[in-house]
Amino acid sequence: MHLTPPPYNRAHHRFAVLVACATLLLIVAGALVTSNDAGLSVPDWPTSFGSLYKIPKLVGGVKFEHTHRMIAQFVGFLTIILAVWTWRVDPRRWMQYLGWAALGTVVAQGILGGLTVLFYLPPSISSAHAALAQTFFCIAVCIAVFTSHKWMREIPQTVIDQQRPRLFTLTFISILVLYVQLILGAMFRHHGIGWLPHVVNSVVVVFALGWTALRARSHYSHVEAIRTPRNIMLSLLIVQLCLGFLAFTTRVAWGHNAVQPELPMVISTVAHVAVGALLLATTVVLAVQVWRCVPASVAKPVSGMERKPMVA
Amino acid sequence: MNKKTWSAMFLLSLLALWLLVACSKKESTNEEQGTSPSSEAKPAATSAPIDPATAAAVSGTVKFDGTAPKPSKIDMSQDPACKGTNTAETIVVDGGNLANVFVYVKDGLGDRTFDVPKDSTTIDQKGCQYHPHVLGVMTGQNIEIRNDDDTTHNIHPTPKDNREWNESQPPKAAALEKTFAREEVMLPVKCNQHPWMKMYLNVLKSPFFAVTGKDGKYEIKGLPPGDYTLAFIHEKLGEQDQKVTLAAKDSKTLDQTFKP
Repeated sequence: MHLTPPPYNRAHHRFAVLVACATLLLIVAGALVTSNDAGLSVPDWPTSFGSLYKIPKLVGGVKFEHTHRMIAQFVGFLTIILAVWTWRVDPRRWMQYLGWAALGTVVAQGILGGLTVLFYLPPSISSAHAALAQTFFCIAVCIAVFTSHKWMREIPQTVIDQQRPRLFTLTFISILVLYVQLILGAMFRHHGIGWLPHVVNSVVVVFALGWTALRARSHYSHVEAIRTPRNIMLSLLIVQLCLGFLAFTTRVAWGHNAVQPELPMVISTVAHVAVGALLLATTVVLAVQVWRCVPASVAKPVSGMERKPMVA
Repeated sequence: MNKKTWSAMFLLSLLALWLLVACSKKESTNEEQGTSPSSEAKPAATSAPIDPATAAAVSGTVKFDGTAPKPSKIDMSQDPACKGTNTAETIVVDGGNLANVFVYVKDGLGDRTFDVPKDSTTIDQKGCQYHPHVLGVMTGQNIEIRNDDDTTHNIHPTPKDNREWNESQPPKAAALEKTFAREEVMLPVKCNQHPWMKMYLNVLKSPFFAVTGKDGKYEIKGLPPGDYTLAFIHEKLGEQDQKVTLAAKDSKTLDQTFKP
């Protein structure tokens, strides 16, 4: 079967990048809400103090909560455009589905955000809200990658994976342990569990990501599509560990008796959340690139543009 | 099923979810109204009335043994309308006397029931702090919550046994009137707009409770003769109990000391 490569659309790609960047900003805004203990400063939803459009006085906790809601509305609006645009310009059926999946995720995320307000921040719903936020970020980043010039125009350099476990399996495990870590961190932040499970699982994260990075370096360092995300992943992991230590020190060790959230604990925890999101998204990108460039030895390697999963 | 059917089903699911959320909000509003003073359940008739001629009293001073920690500073800069005392009331010690200790008869009253006072008790939000910091009320007693600040507050009790609610109160708005149906001590109340604002509410079926002032003193009057357990609770220093036996017309002194 021969399929012509889908046309590269620069504007569409740039818009996808914009959505991803806006989503990261939204994650930071959400982290600011939690870190400033401002989750219920606007007590109603979907309205804000009874209005759907009026902007309340942005002071105290309202500043964080309402700004988060406004950015969320903006991201929701961007996602609608992205989904429709992808549907109109991208001939790849799976990309069209991904666009709609992004829209579905952002709608579900908005509803979860509303439920956290209506049910007074139950740890389970608030943690699901935190986890889905990063899932949506990963989808947005993936759309940006899949619409990029490199992905659509360049023939990927493929190397057959003869190692066991497969590099793809390792990246998949890395994503899994990062998700567990994300949920444990969110549960701790939302007072559902203590800090110990999150700290213990960080050892598992280091092991899984370290193994993945080591394998990627030792066998596939000449493949740029793998080398770049692998290097970013490793750098982010180191930064994230430092931020985790800082967040633990400021929030748990020093700040447990604080009468209000203090600046060092807010900065360290928000940075920890943001870098965590970047780490997860980078690992997802690495997994996608490994899937594309490092087929298993049992599978017959095919040239990049003709590889079945790449086109509809 | 074709695409149109799928789209219709998706939209219907969203609509159903929205209705579910809207209904749950309405339900909670109705529940809230159920706790308003007009519809609250009145307690049963008072059993075995206390004879004022034999009523006893217990009083004392709660002390803090050790060096009192420096009051934490509050940064109110995130709301220019907040111009209150910028020190926390977590541990307030004056000359070794400990304030904001809730003292109540924990045990010894048996099955007695008591009339709910008709007078409201007040929580005032002033200078972006709650006044008082610790309050005792009876179950079903009306609490009037005022906002004397030029900023919006939200009042958010986070109970274990009562129903949780969260309402905002703009400046100069009418006072909120609330009641709590079940007994609960040290029930935290906070304002999510000003994260340093915190107070503790104590809801009891009996009227035998007091909160220590800056001088550390408390007094509980009108107790029928009997053996009682008095509980002294502080938000950070925990709970300590003491037993006391009161004869008719007794007026006993029962001091208590907390250590850091």
